[in-house]
Order: sequence, then structure tokens, then C-alpha cells
Amino acid sequence: MSTPGLPISELLSLLNSGKLTAVDLTQACLDQISRQDARVGAFLSVDPAASLEQARQIDKRRARGETLGLLAGLPVAIKDVICQKGTVTTCASRMLEKFVAPYDAHVIEKLRKADAVLLGKTNMDEFAMGSSTENSAYQVTRNPWDLERTPGGSSGGSAAAVAAQMVPLSLGSDTGGSIRQPAGLCSVVGLKPTYGRVSRYGLIAYASSLDQIGPFAQDVRGTALLLEAIAGADSRDSTSVPKDVPRYSQTLEQPLQGLRIGVAREHFAPGLDPEVERSVREALRVYESLGATLQEISLPHQKYAVAVYYIVAPSEASSNLARYDGVHYGHRAAQFDSMVEMYSASRGEGFGSEVKRRIMLGTYALSAGYYDAYYLKALKVRRLIRNDFDAAFQQVDLIATPVNPTPAFKIGELVNDPLAMYLSDIYTISANLAGIPGISVQAGFSSGGLPLGLQLLAAPFEEERLLRAARMLERETEWHRRRAPLAG
Amino acid sequence: MHTTTIIGLEVHVQLQTKTKVFCGCSTAFNPSNPNVQTCPVCLGLPGALPVLNGEAFRLAVKTAMALKCAISPYTKWDRKQYYYPDLPKGYQISQYDLPFSEDGFVELEPQETPEGTVPGRRVGIIRAHLEEDAGKNTHDETGRGLDSQVDLNRAGTPLVEIVSQPDLRSPSEARRYLEELRLLLTYLEVSDCNMQEGSLRCDANVNLHIHTDDGHKIATPIVEVKNLNSFRNVELALEYEEKRQLEQWQKTGQKIGDVAKETRGFDATRGVTFAQRGKEEASDYRYFPDPDLTPVIVSETYLDEVRQSLCEFPADRRKRLAAAWQLSSYDVGVIVGQGREFAEFFEEVAQLGHDGKQACNWVTQDVLREMNERGQTIREFPLRGAVLGNLLNRITQKQITIKSAREVFATLLSETHAGQVLSAQNIDQIIAEKGLALVTDTGAIDTAIAEVLAKNPKIVADFKGGKQGAIGPLVGQVMKAVKGADPAAVRNLIAEKIGQM
Ligand SMILES: [Zn+2]
Repeated sequence: MSTPGLPISELLSLLNSGKLTAVDLTQACLDQISRQDARVGAFLSVDPAASLEQARQIDKRRARGETLGLLAGLPVAIKDVICQKGTVTTCASRMLEKFVAPYDAHVIEKLRKADAVLLGKTNMDEFAMGSSTENSAYQVTRNPWDLERTPGGSSGGSAAAVAAQMVPLSLGSDTGGSIRQPAGLCSVVGLKPTYGRVSRYGLIAYASSLDQIGPFAQDVRGTALLLEAIAGADSRDSTSVPKDVPRYSQTLEQPLQGLRIGVAREHFAPGLDPEVERSVREALRVYESLGATLQEISLPHQKYAVAVYYIVAPSEASSNLARYDGVHYGHRAAQFDSMVEMYSASRGEGFGSEVKRRIMLGTYALSAGYYDAYYLKALKVRRLIRNDFDAAFQQVDLIATPVNPTPAFKIGELVNDPLAMYLSDIYTISANLAGIPGISVQAGFSSGGLPLGLQLLAAPFEEERLLRAARMLERETEWHRRRAPLAG
Repeated sequence: MHTTTIIGLEVHVQLQTKTKVFCGCSTAFNPSNPNVQTCPVCLGLPGALPVLNGEAFRLAVKTAMALKCAISPYTKWDRKQYYYPDLPKGYQISQYDLPFSEDGFVELEPQETPEGTVPGRRVGIIRAHLEEDAGKNTHDETGRGLDSQVDLNRAGTPLVEIVSQPDLRSPSEARRYLEELRLLLTYLEVSDCNMQEGSLRCDANVNLHIHTDDGHKIATPIVEVKNLNSFRNVELALEYEEKRQLEQWQKTGQKIGDVAKETRGFDATRGVTFAQRGKEEASDYRYFPDPDLTPVIVSETYLDEVRQSLCEFPADRRKRLAAAWQLSSYDVGVIVGQGREFAEFFEEVAQLGHDGKQACNWVTQDVLREMNERGQTIREFPLRGAVLGNLLNRITQKQITIKSAREVFATLLSETHAGQVLSAQNIDQIIAEKGLALVTDTGAIDTAIAEVLAKNPKIVADFKGGKQGAIGPLVGQVMKAVKGADPAAVRNLIAEKIGQM
């Protein structure tokens, strides 16, 4: 095992005891990137000198006896959808190939305050649109467990970077499952916070009412720590919620007593891979053995989630991406004769096909004459989906579901079948529509050795419950200790 | 056949907040330094998010209250989507189906003017909503095909759009409505309404109702004249449209519905409107609720607070001044129409001078004339209301004559230097220097009258014979002899003395 792959608690105690410096750890990450990333393709940009300098400053302050922030020298990789001042922030799009962010996102400010080392920017589906990271304009990211397969998406780079032990922690963003889905496919932990828990200021918007930034880590402790570092209200994001942030890392080891876990029959419908179902049932048995009770619940509008999502998200995206017009920044076509042509040529060249598809879907859904039938109807059904969850959480503390309907699919397998690709988010999408938090935690492996995950969902702002419950499972199982095979 | 002109106006007013409506950038008018009052939010950079400026919303609510609009307890923000280089996000944050206020009116009261009576009209307000302003494009006009330039200093300035009902019936009435609107908004200090700097902009919708001799009513197609940049141009453009639409109808017979609504511009130098190839035509703005902003809940408590902070509206002030000082509607119209500070100036003068009519004459004639000649606002005028009030009170108290007061007034103004603040002491000084104090010593006046009457037996005889006008020269001679005498009193005394002869 390489140093960045050590459990977070171990890394922190090594750092705090002085046995490992932030510079050593950062260097170990950089070494691991140079060994692994040629085949994995997780990173879009790394600035070793800048990262090592940050680490050096942290070590200096530690040596002076200063109290360090929560992350105390732990390197964190950043999905390239988050603005980090002075770094190229591409969203894996040609459109923003040369866009240097002139400001820090709220989460980046938080990470700096928490004394994280910002290690680099990770690959993703262009503008976070996709479930396999194949829609990147720059490179394919491969699943460290099987290089023929996708790591999932859209935060595939951040998930693969942790899975391949290139970095202990990373940030992703989740609009329809883009953290939880790749976490499940790469055997790492990933959490999508409640909508409003983490500021979106500086997160390049895909679908504003669904997007949330969240953590990836090898284990639940790392996830808790990173969430604690980035969560909290921000006056620059009107949708962030002014609610105190619990000390997730402090309560993590306390098991939940009398836990009631809901199991929705809608989540075990045809299309679910039997091995995936078996791993979820297995995890549920572990919870039962720990004193939890299982309760069957119903989420009757779950079946509309994918349809609703593919109206709401593209609608917002069609508007959010209108700013990339080549006028003020971003790609501008070299050849055009008129203003309108400048727009269409710049956008035509700058965007990839999935982005164009979603812009067209959204533009259509918002057009006069279609708005009521599509967008407005979708908003109404979205409300019903939220109501289903509200009702369910009257009866249960958590809902357990698969993360993905199947283990990681092969690269290229679904690129020409967008509908099948969209269905890979079937279990994760409704949490975004409802604004509730969800976590993906390791729950086993397929017979072919591919990771399988368990998703836990909770009521708004119950991240602490999610983390403690995930930790209960983690303590009873060994899945999280397995590491993807490394090169060299 | 006769025609009725139907006009509705859409007015955009920039609110005078210090910072922009969704970010912290300055709203100062700064065209010579483009793009310096910008940040990630108003530049529409990736990842930046809008946050509502509470002060902008408060000024917008004040505006709606002045327009007697109903204010919605729940309002939200929508994106109006179109592509234009001055719109960095590709959409404007505006309000679509739930504007924060609707259904108000502006009352144009009947006005007595020297030219006659102008009828009153209640102009309905369909809605007033808050939105962000766009930036400003400058295109190359040299014909050399140079690049267009975009200045985003203005992008994100809070803007209230006020849409009137088509209640206006003439170009001059449209102008009156705009003047009343500007007065209202400057009174409330919600906007400086400076048309040169673009803080008040106007689009006009206009068509004709033609009543034919056989009793039919025909409406001509509606035309929107855009970007009218002065009140005068609004009036001229509408007058031109009245003529043009009638001629057009006589030529083509086209009625409303036969052709799409047309957008026209106004060429002020040639005085004509011209067809524009509208980017607006048949456009679909794909409005939808902005997910980056939360709806605004407007409580009664909040509205009460804003109401408390309102000053008296111009219409109420006109009524109050007319009643308090027995002034004509024309006079109060002039006083209130000059703006809040001017009306306050008047009130101070009237109170200290103890005579409303007198104060009105001085303020609307002498003071206004001097202000105009000097190109000053009432705030810059060197004579404060307290000083002028003090001067006029001396007339009321019969300490000086009106004529002397005018002399003091002129002296005060001519002898001041820049920045000097005049006080009542300056008045004392001038009166003393020029010996303008009214002589109340009847002994001196009696002696002078006796002398003058003795010297002018012919005039005395004429007066006695019924020539009232003959007394004038006698008064003049007495006044010459006794400086500072009250001419009215002298006249009475002379008449009395002659009567006793
Ligand atoms: Zn700004």
C-alpha cells in the first residue's frame, strides 16, 4: 500500500506526531500520480511546486507549534468544476481550456483554512454531464479496479484518484449521483450533502437546484473530516443554509441505537444486477445484526425520477451554459462573419456532444408552448418525489438502496446509448431532486472483482446520521481495506 | 372622422443604491473607466452566484408604494434569456409571472395654467418589477469595421420597470406622466432619474383609434418606439407617430392584428421614427425561475417599516400647500414641481415670512429666475429659505417696502461670493447701508406732504376734480423727501390731507 492509501486516522496521527511531514505526504502523492496516472488518467492538472510549497508552509507552522486546521496537511484533489484562484479550471471542456479562475470557490477557501494541500484538478464529464467521465474533452479516466472499465462519473477523476491511492481525499460534485455513483464503482466512500449544506459559490453550475459539492475518501472518517471542513453557510450563495455544522468526525464512532432502516420495494425492481442486490441485502443483514430494524417502505414516485431529472437538469443547464458565448472569456471561434455566427461557431466548437444534447433538451423544455407540459410538470412531480421521502422519514431513520444498478461498465459500452447511460443514475437521482443527503459506502465485490456499493439516504441535514451508520457497516466489514491493484 | 391616440409607456428607472442589485460593485456612473466596477458575479464568471441587495429591494418597494401598487407577499426571480454581448450571463435576472408589485396608478390632476385648463387623468400602472440592468455596447461608427466594445460597469445596476396601462391620450399627456413620475421618484430619492446618464429610459407603445363618420371604430397596429432619451423626444416621437399612423392607415387600411407589432426607433435630428429590425420580434425568452435565488417573502411588518420611511408624496404636498397658504393649483404645481428641496425652501420662506402668497411670488418668480440665470439648483442657491423668509417677514411687518426688499435681495445675491452662506445679519447691514428702513415717523412724512401739496396746487385741484391718477407724482415727491417711507401709507395720507383741504 502506498502512503496516500493509508487510513485517514493513521495519516493524521503520523502527521501530528511528526513521523510524516505534509511535504513527505504530498511528495508521496505526486510520486504515486507519476506512477499510476498515465494508465488511470484521473488528473487534468497538477502543480507540484505549488502543492509542495503549501505543504512546506503547513509543516513550518506545525514546527512552530501552531494549531493547525482540521485537515492538517492532508492533500485533497479537486474536481475541475471548482474554481481555484490562479489555476486553469476547465470543466473538462474545450470551452474553458484556457480559463484561469480569478477567485477561490468557497470550498477552496475552507480547505485553505483547514490546512489542506490542494493537490490538483481531476477529470470529469464535460460540465459534469455524464456517468462515466468519458465525456471529458481531454482524456478518458479508467477504473483502477479494471482499466477496461469506467470509474463512473461525472466525478470519475476524483473517485479514481482516491481509489488508485494517488491522494487520500478529493472533492466532487453531485447533481444526479456524480459523487455516489463513481464512489460505488471505485470502492471509495462518497457523500452528497443536503442541498444548501455546502456553498456552491465557485462551483461551475450544471443544474443549480441540484448541484452540491461533496467529499470522497478511502474511508468514512476521511469523508466525515472533509465534509466538516467544507460545510457551512456562505453569504455569497443564497441557497446555502445558515445551520451549524456538527463535528462529524467527533461523533463518528458512536453507533446509532434502535436504527430503523427503510427498504423501498421500488429499489429492487427488474434491471438490478443480482450481485448488486445480494451485496445490499448482505449489508442489511449486518445492520440487523447490530440491532437495526428493517422496514419496507414505498416511494411511489421514484419511477419518475429519471424522467423528471432529464427535464429539470437540462433546463437549468441550457440557461447556466448560456454564458459561454465567446464574448467575455472562454473559447471564441477564429472565423465568423456576424455576431450570431460568432456565438454559434464558438459554442459549436467549444462544447462536446453530450453538453449540446442537454442544452437542446433544456432549451426545448423551456420554450414557449412546451414549458407547462415539461418543465412545470417536472417541478410538480419533483415535489411529489420529495413528499415521498418526507413521508418515509416519518417512519424510518435511513433508507438503504443500491448505488448503481450494475458494477462498472466497460469504457465505450454505453456512449452510444444515452438512455442506458442515463439509467445508471436511477438510484441516485431522486436524492438530488429531493435535496436530501446520501452516502455511498463499500459493500463488497462482484464475482468478477468489481466494487459494489451501498447507498444510504437520510432526511435533510442528517449527514451525521449517514456517517455514523456508514461507519457501523465499515467497522463490521473489510471491504474498505481492499485496494485496487497498483502499477509497478 | 376623428382619432384618439392611445399611449402606454414602459419606463426603466435605475435605483440609486450604492451597490448593484446582486453583487457588491459600485453603481456610480463611470463611462470613462469601462469595466472597473465589476466582479465575478456581474461579469457572469463561471461559478459566481447572485445575492439580492436588500437596499435595492427596499427602494423598489418604496417606488411601488408611490405608484399605489399592491405589493405581493411573495415574489421570485426569473431568468429572461437572450444572447447579447452586454448581457454576460446570457440571461437577465428579472421578474416574470410574479412581479413584486402590480396594479397601481399615477394621478395627473387637472391643472390651471396661464394657457387654460389641462384636464386630469388617472394613469393605471399594470406592474412594477425589479431587475438587473445590462452593460453597454459601443459600436464602431467610423465605418471602418472596428470591433464593438462592451462596458459592464452598468451591468447589474438595479432597475425598476414600470409598465403603464394604455391610458394616455396625447403626446403631451405622456410627457406630463413622465414628469410626474420623475417628480415622484426623485421626491422619494429612489432614483435621480437622469435621462442623460440613462437612469430613466422610456419606450412608448402607441396606436390610434379612428372613429369614422359612419360610426365605426378602427384601431391601427400598435407600434413600440424604443429608447427615447428625453421627455421632449417622447413627445416629438409620439406626435410623429400620430401623423404617420393616420397616413399609413389612409394609404393601406391596415388595422391592428393585420401586421405584427412593430418596433421603431426615433431619429431626433430628423424628427422621425424609423422601422428597426427588432431582435425582439417573435423572440422567446424562455423565462424560468432563477434557481440561484430564493423567493422573497414580504411581511406586513416590513411593509410598515418601509411606509414609515416614506416622505410626503408630491400630490399630497400640493394639496397641503394649497390649503395651508391659499395658493392656486397652478402655484402649488410650480412649487412642488421643482422638486422636494425647492418645496421645502418655499415652506420655510412662507412660514418665516408669515405670508404664503407673498412667499409664492418671490420663490416662483425671483428665486426661480435667479436660479435659472445662475444655472443653480435650489441646494446651490446662496440664499437659504430662512434668510429669504426673514427678509419677507420685514415686508409683512412693514419694516421695509417690497421695493426695498427687492433691492436687498438683489444686493445680497450680487455681493455674495462663491460658497458664502448669507444670514439675516447681511440683511440688516444692507438695510442700514442703504437707509431702506421704513420711516414710521409720521411727523416727518406730514411735513413733507404739506410742502409738496403747497408746491403743487394744480395737481391737488385735478385730484379733487376726480383725476385719481394725478396723485402719483405727489407720492413720488414725498418718497424722495422721506427715504424709506411706505408708499401705500404715503398715498393714503396724501388723499386724506387733500380730502381735508
Ligand atoms: Zn459585481
